[in-house]
Amino acid sequence: MAKQLVVDPKKCVSCRTCELVCSFKHNEEFNPRLSNVSVFHYEEAAITVPIMCMQCDEAACAAICPTGALKRNADGVVTHDANKCIVCKMCVSACPLGNVSYSVAKKKIFKCDLCDGETWCAVHCPTGAISVVDPDEVPDKKKLAADKMKAAVEEVCA
Amino acid sequence: MTRGNGWVGTILRVNLTDGTIKKEPLNMKDANDFVGARGLGTKYYCNEVDPKVDPLSPENKMIFMTGPLTGTAACSAGRYEVVSKAPLTGIIGAANSGGHFGPELKYAGYDGIIFEGKADHPVYLHIDDELVELLDATDLWGQGVHPVTEAMEERHGKVRVATIGTPGERGVLFAAIMNDKNRAAGRGGMGAVMGSKNLKAVVVRGTGGVKVANPEGFMNEITRARTMLREHPVTGAGLGALGTEVLVNMINEVGGLPLHNARDGAFWDKADDTSGERLAQTYLVKNQGCFGCTIACGRVTKIEGRGNLDGFGEGPEYEAGWSYGAACGVNDLGAIVKANFICNEQGMDPITLGSTVACAMELFEMGAIPESDIGFPLRFGDAEAMVKITQMCADGEGFGNVIGLGSYRLAEKYGHPELSMSTKKQEMPAYDGRAIQGIGLEYATSNRGGCHVRGYMISPEVMGIPVKMDPLTTEGKGAMLKTFQDLTALCDSTGICLFTTFGIGLPEIAGQYREAVGSTETDEEILLKGERIWNLEKRFNLEAGVEKDTLPPRLLREALPSGPAKGKVNELQTMLADYYEARNWTADGIPTQEKLDELSITY
Repeated sequence: MAKQLVVDPKKCVSCRTCELVCSFKHNEEFNPRLSNVSVFHYEEAAITVPIMCMQCDEAACAAICPTGALKRNADGVVTHDANKCIVCKMCVSACPLGNVSYSVAKKKIFKCDLCDGETWCAVHCPTGAISVVDPDEVPDKKKLAADKMKAAVEEVCA
Repeated sequence: MTRGNGWVGTILRVNLTDGTIKKEPLNMKDANDFVGARGLGTKYYCNEVDPKVDPLSPENKMIFMTGPLTGTAACSAGRYEVVSKAPLTGIIGAANSGGHFGPELKYAGYDGIIFEGKADHPVYLHIDDELVELLDATDLWGQGVHPVTEAMEERHGKVRVATIGTPGERGVLFAAIMNDKNRAAGRGGMGAVMGSKNLKAVVVRGTGGVKVANPEGFMNEITRARTMLREHPVTGAGLGALGTEVLVNMINEVGGLPLHNARDGAFWDKADDTSGERLAQTYLVKNQGCFGCTIACGRVTKIEGRGNLDGFGEGPEYEAGWSYGAACGVNDLGAIVKANFICNEQGMDPITLGSTVACAMELFEMGAIPESDIGFPLRFGDAEAMVKITQMCADGEGFGNVIGLGSYRLAEKYGHPELSMSTKKQEMPAYDGRAIQGIGLEYATSNRGGCHVRGYMISPEVMGIPVKMDPLTTEGKGAMLKTFQDLTALCDSTGICLFTTFGIGLPEIAGQYREAVGSTETDEEILLKGERIWNLEKRFNLEAGVEKDTLPPRLLREALPSGPAKGKVNELQTMLADYYEARNWTADGIPTQEKLDELSITY
């Protein structure tokens, strides 16, 4: 089963380290425009959101790929095989989240492959805004709400 | 896969007089000898410009330069340097800035830009990868930093913008160049140089990348450095949570927070009102990092419900918090944040501006400046007057124009040059040289005048990094400062942020540098480049006609009246002798021929 990247915008300080290490891992150059993760900063709200492939269970990119270049591997990761890719770019259109990209300079399709398990964006994120978890262990928001309720009850009763 | 060396290999030469734009190969010999950014920019500048040049004349040049680590994932590697002769001081000016502008310039394919001459009407430089063009900026002239940045984003898409506000257009002597809205190449008046050339902005979009010599070794080095920064209490916790304003209480506790233009000592019972802790409880929205930064000391701040003070932006840093706080005796944090917003929105150095206001307050209180010149009373502690005079300086209104000359020229105009808290005409920042002896030595010897980021002696003297030194004594300060100055010159020149040196040292800086450029030099050989840069700056200053290394008489003669450092003055002469000896300079502070030969400096 694929690991799951989890994003916490509250922790993101918009440094773009994830963009840098991602592009370097896959291209041996620091180039945010070749990164599989993109950081969007909303100045007025002072909120920053990193966006990357979530390895959809029903992956539109793989479904539409005419050559089988995009396929789910044994670890559950939707990977891209450049040798089979004809760069038709249908996957770019099909992904509802915009997480498959085309580089004009490199004339190639690229998407997140979870770094074969190393997930550099999460490993190098200085604040923990990007983390990688087993899907079964994604932080349970219900539990977090319960924690708050517990604290409130304790305070009222004390 | 082709390997890189941290550089993208091309320098842009833009002649504003005739509108020509040339692309030149980067001078790799000089890049190796002078590292990059501050060092390499200074080397190019010294090669090309007469040291006697009038800083605001068309004959002066202005250089934007990145370092070999700029744009990589090295720790906090988003820096670039603006180098020119500084109009405030008349000596070398090198102003360093973070944000995202420097990396974007490299991604567009340029390591640096050399601006020459003067345009006959307002222009801006637009760079979109290969495309480089000068465009009309008549509609931008007269506008502030934020509107110009937004106009450029609307016109050119996802670009990074470095621009000046109206003070830069008018030649305010401490006008800054602002990039990404709120990051500043702040000190010495680089914004005034840009304005004198009729250059309003530099607008960049780049889609390329930066390669390094040894990808695997580089990742190992940067991971080591980044981990150290994340685990260090200053860089991993303190600066992120509380910003540089975390220093207010720390410096006040050693009695080193200069109060009322340093007239009333350096220990303030109201210091906590202006602290980083207080900012976090009040106007702080969130902390924010520059490009590739693990520290994220930036303050996103917002003032609501305070009428004229309301605003949104970034800061203040500790030094601005002090210049508008303790220096002016103002403990209304909202007014301090607001004055800093005005500086960011119009591109002015808040250290010099706040200090100049403080100097004017002292001159007013002693009767040297008549109220009729200002138009209203300007007393210590008057928050409203402080914000008002700052806005007047930003707008070029009335007495604001006199403030725009900086404290030295203002104090001289009113007959008391000794009351300017400056060295070499640039204002000293937020640490008192009587309570912290080594920082006084730093102010006296800094190659760009009063400055805290040319060898941050607060690290050893207050924070105990890398070793704890007694701030009240002089022993060993000269040699320590020499090392700090050389290391700082190296750090600035690589393209990483000086703040990393709280958590990492020479081995980590040299390690990242080596793997990026493909060098086999030792740590010591790499540190020697920092010493080379320092000596070149000094040689330029001597040719330009620099004043001798000294401090304002107040720090040398008026003993601190209170606080932990009560009774102290700065013992400069003792430390200067040690310092010159450590530098192997003459007793008068001149680099010896032997030293210049050792460093292969022919300037």
